[in-house]
Amino acid sequence: MRKKLLSALLCTAMVSTLLTGCGDDGSTSTSTGTGTGNDSETGSTRDTSSSTPSASGGKVYYLNFKPEQAEDWEALAKAYTDETGVEVKVVTAASNTYEQTLKSEMAKSDAPTMFQVNGPVGLATWNDYCYDLKDSDVYSQVKSDDFVLKDGDAVKGIAYVIETYGIIYNKSLLQKYCEMDGAKIKDVSEINGFAKLKEVADDIQAKKADLGVDGAFTSAGMDSSSDWRFKTHLANLPIYYEYQADGIGSTEAIKGTYLDQYKQMWDLYITDATCDAKLLGSKTGDEASAEFSTGKAVFYQNGTWEYDNISANLADEDLGMLPIYIGAEGEENQGLCTGSENYWCVNSKASEADIQATLDFMNWCITSDTGRDSIANTMGFVTPFKSFDDGYTASNPLIQASNEYIDAGKTAVSWNFSTIPSEEWKNEVGNALLEYAQGTGEWDAVKTAFVDGWAEQYQATH
Amino acid sequence: MNKSIRKYFPLFVLPTLIAFVMGFVVPFILGIYLSFCEFTTVTDAKFVGFKNYIKVFQDKSFLHALGFTVAFTIASVITINVFAFAVAVLLTKGFKGTNAFRTIFFMPNLIGGIVLGYIWQIILNGVLARFGVTLQYDAKYGFIGLLILMNWQQIGYMMIIYIAGIQNVPSDVIEAASIDGANSWQTLKDVTIPMVMPSITICTFLTVTNGFKLFDQNMALTAGGPSHQSEMLALNIFATFYGKMGYEGGGQAKAVIFFILVAIIALFQLRATRSKEVQQ
Repeated sequence: MRKKLLSALLCTAMVSTLLTGCGDDGSTSTSTGTGTGNDSETGSTRDTSSSTPSASGGKVYYLNFKPEQAEDWEALAKAYTDETGVEVKVVTAASNTYEQTLKSEMAKSDAPTMFQVNGPVGLATWNDYCYDLKDSDVYSQVKSDDFVLKDGDAVKGIAYVIETYGIIYNKSLLQKYCEMDGAKIKDVSEINGFAKLKEVADDIQAKKADLGVDGAFTSAGMDSSSDWRFKTHLANLPIYYEYQADGIGSTEAIKGTYLDQYKQMWDLYITDATCDAKLLGSKTGDEASAEFSTGKAVFYQNGTWEYDNISANLADEDLGMLPIYIGAEGEENQGLCTGSENYWCVNSKASEADIQATLDFMNWCITSDTGRDSIANTMGFVTPFKSFDDGYTASNPLIQASNEYIDAGKTAVSWNFSTIPSEEWKNEVGNALLEYAQGTGEWDAVKTAFVDGWAEQYQATH
Repeated sequence: MNKSIRKYFPLFVLPTLIAFVMGFVVPFILGIYLSFCEFTTVTDAKFVGFKNYIKVFQDKSFLHALGFTVAFTIASVITINVFAFAVAVLLTKGFKGTNAFRTIFFMPNLIGGIVLGYIWQIILNGVLARFGVTLQYDAKYGFIGLLILMNWQQIGYMMIIYIAGIQNVPSDVIEAASIDGANSWQTLKDVTIPMVMPSITICTFLTVTNGFKLFDQNMALTAGGPSHQSEMLALNIFATFYGKMGYEGGGQAKAVIFFILVAIIALFQLRATRSKEVQQ
């Protein structure tokens, strides 16, 4: 009898372990994959080498930063190998792991010959490893020095993709709102500043049931797959306006002049949203993207690179992009945020032959038909190279939106977040933003992380 | 025979020795050297003396991680061993289906830490969503979540060790105890437990070191959030090494301190439980 009882007890214990997961039915708010979760992708090496060495003996090893385009790069590398016989290896670091992959790969004897830095700050770390590209063919194709990283006269990095971000909105949903009784605006063009944006967002939030949406903005997820939208991209705005006001391009100590505007924008994102602010800690980028593309939210802060993810469910004519208005003076003339954080560098510590092979490969990518077609049409990159002007311009509604703002004479906001002293700064600001959002922390913590953290990190890295 | 073994042993030891030197001794010495250096990649380092160690002790997040790790280790060692021992005792009573239970209880141990971490993140966030919060809301959720996860994963493994120990207790001793009128609790306390002390030594050693070295589960479940509050030592070292520019040496110094700490605690624990072992 007792033994039977024990068996029953053990059975229950066992079954309850099995069922723990199924207990909660309705919840969809679970995290499905954070940035670091894509471990299966880490170092997904696909060696496209052919066994016959090339004439010069050099080979190329490109450590790619963008997981979205991993397969495209591999295909391009293979095409190059087929054409020239030069071995090209492409490895893509999983999202959020580029720096650590680069750090360990660079220590190997077969180090990447071609890698990426994210701007002046990334260059500071890798400066000793960056070959001077001043005399390279690729540099001669760059339209302006705005797109290169320089150290004195030396050209250390060349941007190969220009991107734009802002508040992506669903045109038909917004149109539907405009046609409602008592709508705050009649046309999207009336949104020309923070006050108007907030008025509209608040009103949409109030009428969300009538509109059939869950909220005005998508969830401002603070999972690592999404938090960069706020700790880096949104933070660019207060940094940009402070630089503008002070007439500088970088600083060792930020003052936080526009932190109040940063706060009111963040408040808007977390209040007029599809979910409760307490749940933001586990919300992912995929969830925000899904909410937007299924029409559950009207506004979604993201950039041109997001087109592939949202275009599956939304027609091109439904996609528009608004500048991020945080409430700074003169923002009616503000355009979208345009810049680059993807700079190609060549490893100066590689052998002569490898460096030459790498330079040839880079040049082939941006001048040959195959390369240009892949970069402009398959990967969808807007590039700063002259060679792309004759018929190889990438186009999607989000890129068009950014061009329209430039044509309308609006000032594009530059990407000043590349002057942020370290990743650590972003992480600390992100942590503080999340704690403030879920009510477990004060805004003062964001201020401390933003202002004091900047000076501290600047000291640590200089 | 003996003579030729003595003569040729270097030859037979050589492969293992080479592997050991390459896989352990060299990285270990290199690691200690790097903790005194400033560097971006490990092959390109500049000696700076004790600067990194000074940085470590100024780093509040490291001390917090140390506190969190100690608290977690204590909690997990107690819960894992108590539950594992209890299950082992139940599963040595000799009723039907014991083998099936043993297999099933052991199975969680076969899943990798990262995968487990993400699975439990989904489960726990799903449960917590009922209460309108997430694992990132407060470090205590991370702590309890990690404890549940580790219990689920490790009880089965420790259970196997305990079962082996319990089955080795000679039945004549148990019989003698029952003839002397000992009840089952007394038998357990005064006969079985002293007899399985070697297993307890091993299990506490494993759980203590596992608790201290815990990394993948921590990283997958909470990634240290919110604001590093649930960050444990290994994750803190990782984040320092890779996340903070100019702190690579600092991360390495932390790792050396971490090694010394775990070694001291493990040795101390081994001595403490060894002294309670009895001869059969």
